[in-house]
Amino acid sequence: MNYSILKNLWKQSLNNRSFLLGIVLSLIMILTGLISIFWTPFPVEIFDISHKLEGPSAKHWLGTDHFGRDMTSMLMAGAWNSMLVSLFAISLGAGIGIPLGVFAAGKSGWVEELVMRFNDFAFAFPALLTAVMISAIYGPGIINSVIAIGIFNIPVFARISRGSALVIYKLEFILAARISGKNEFQIAFEHILPNILSVLIIQSTIQFALGILAEAGLSYLGLGTQPPQPSWGKMLSEAQTMMFIAPQMAILPGIAIVLTVLGLNLLGDGLRDILDPRLRDKN
Amino acid sequence: MKIINKMHTKILLICCSILIISGAAFASKKHLTMGMVLEPPHLDPTAGAAAAIDEIVYANVFEGLTRINQNAEVLPALAESWSISRNGLKYTFKLQKGVKFHDGSIFDSNDVVFSLNRARSEKSTNAQKSLFSSIKEVMAQGTNTVIVTLKNPTGNFLFNMGWGDAVIVDSSSANSNKSNPIGTGPFTFKRWVKGDRIELGENKSYWGQKPALKTATFKIIPDPAAAVAALMAGDADAFANFPAPEMASQFQSDSRFTVKVGSTEGETILSTNNKQKPFNDLRVRQAIAHALNSKEIIDGAMFGFGTPIGSHFAPHHAAYINLTGTYPHNINKAKKLLTEAGLPDGFSATLKLPPPSYARRGGEIVASQLRKVGIKLEIIPVEWAQWLDQVFKNKDFDLTIVSHTEPMDIGIYTRPKYYFQYQNPSFNSIIEELNVTSSTKKRYALMGAAQAILSKDAVNGFLFQLAKLGIWNKNVIGLWENSPVQANDLTGVSWKK
Repeated sequence: MNYSILKNLWKQSLNNRSFLLGIVLSLIMILTGLISIFWTPFPVEIFDISHKLEGPSAKHWLGTDHFGRDMTSMLMAGAWNSMLVSLFAISLGAGIGIPLGVFAAGKSGWVEELVMRFNDFAFAFPALLTAVMISAIYGPGIINSVIAIGIFNIPVFARISRGSALVIYKLEFILAARISGKNEFQIAFEHILPNILSVLIIQSTIQFALGILAEAGLSYLGLGTQPPQPSWGKMLSEAQTMMFIAPQMAILPGIAIVLTVLGLNLLGDGLRDILDPRLRDKN
Repeated sequence: MKIINKMHTKILLICCSILIISGAAFASKKHLTMGMVLEPPHLDPTAGAAAAIDEIVYANVFEGLTRINQNAEVLPALAESWSISRNGLKYTFKLQKGVKFHDGSIFDSNDVVFSLNRARSEKSTNAQKSLFSSIKEVMAQGTNTVIVTLKNPTGNFLFNMGWGDAVIVDSSSANSNKSNPIGTGPFTFKRWVKGDRIELGENKSYWGQKPALKTATFKIIPDPAAAVAALMAGDADAFANFPAPEMASQFQSDSRFTVKVGSTEGETILSTNNKQKPFNDLRVRQAIAHALNSKEIIDGAMFGFGTPIGSHFAPHHAAYINLTGTYPHNINKAKKLLTEAGLPDGFSATLKLPPPSYARRGGEIVASQLRKVGIKLEIIPVEWAQWLDQVFKNKDFDLTIVSHTEPMDIGIYTRPKYYFQYQNPSFNSIIEELNVTSSTKKRYALMGAAQAILSKDAVNGFLFQLAKLGIWNKNVIGLWENSPVQANDLTGVSWKK
């Protein structure tokens, strides 16, 4: 890539409102999560029951929950846990799904058929149900929820990478690469992957958002992150019976989830507009 | 104008019909829907320890020789009257006449002999065999008299006979009571929709005074939030044990509901596997006792509903002694004891938590309190069936939280195979002496000594006495405020007109 293309991309990014809003929201979430590793206003594992269910104050900016834990600290630590689960799950899904998809596109014939039908099979199960099933068999916990969410990401990545790779495989420069003696592996790595990268990045942002939702869903059901580790989904389920006495307990994690998912989706949309060459030409 | 008039008449008509229909429904309200958190594993009270069984069938479907009312008084039931020999060893029960089981078979003295012998036999699966341990012989005298001879005078024998575990069953239906309970009570078992509800119908040929209610439904609602919604929407008329104490104030200020805070026999304890390392070390258990802060647990998990306890004994009982000060909350002492036990940096263990909110929420607080002295607990939420299997039956646990809701159950600490695996010969001898003592004063002294030993040995973390938070529709009257035995006795329940 030369300098002018980068400059062009930068200009487009600044002009794309959904990208800007998306990246700001996502960065806020990522930063909050990162900060929570080193510092939270209060420790989240120590309860202070005498100060339970307090409203916002100078000491507790967003109030406290039913165990007297600081809501700000809980939300921060929850952001990190959500991110971590989603990130590992996406890596798992992409790490297996992308090679499978590219391999299927390159091989064609019965290999492709087998891989893709297997994908359809995995796809046919509702994602959350798969996750519930895995947690039910192997017990609830943060690692099992990573595996569960990761598994339903495999077919997503396999499909999208196969579809995009098929287009690239038909182009002349692949033929040229073959003639020049490159093997399948080199072609996939040096020519296919760089050319489908933008699609994969966009898909990853969207899957990241879905992963955060799935993590919240699993924790809400008690199958994901286990106490005392805070998680947005668990905070929501705990808030259920407190709705009438401490509505902030439900509203705050709800807002956190909405903003994060919205931010990541806007980011994905924006990236698509910027990275898609066809749309770029129209602008 | 005409059109409007026509519409008016129509609306009026609809309103009137709704009024008439609902009025009729109110006047004839003979049904009660009771919400329950736990579903019973089966419905035979003579073959299971689960409180949920008795909470459905006690006094409603099954009856014993005696019955216990909400003030813990012993009243006659299937035994119309009784006399006790002077030495306190021979009980002569005169039975009610004209009593029939739900399947039509006649109740007589043979059924009593059968039931009591079945409960105390070697093969018996009764969860409370100790209730019958003092019986030497049960004999029928004619069809309406039963004579029970005891090995030694037993002070609360009549109370024991009023437990759900001592109900009278028919020999022909005894083995199928788990799925199709056949008793003599005013309600018959109608239907069990697993995971949803258990329905009771009317026993048209009931021998005694017929209750105001004709039918009843026990609806299983495990989720506290759903319990709140069910009460608010009227899907459940009552919750004898409401699972969301945080909502109590909300219901108190709502004129549609009655909120009653009563006492239960539920000692809520941090059960400790006394044979498991490092809990077999008294100093470790003492350290845990020092690290726990009951007040915080009651406030945090139960929103203030509950009484601190220092041993395994109900505070409303006359023989109760206050032992909450044996190991007061003191983090430094706890740390010192752990150091003495060779664990200066603490240790890791698991805490298995059954579904009730006292356990799940209380468990999180306990974990947070023990963390302060270096004990790191991994919280493992388990379903009720898993808990019974893993913890209660197979003793595969370090720590767990559960409420022991049987009345006067301090004797469980003598059972060598009981799940917390405690053994202390001097405690056993006190209970043995208690079982053969009939003087109230002496009994109370022995009960006090027994409480003191358990407290000193820090057998389990003694957290609090569970309060009975009952919430029901304000038009429902006659539900129990206290739970001296595990029961939802519907015989005295009715709807206000």
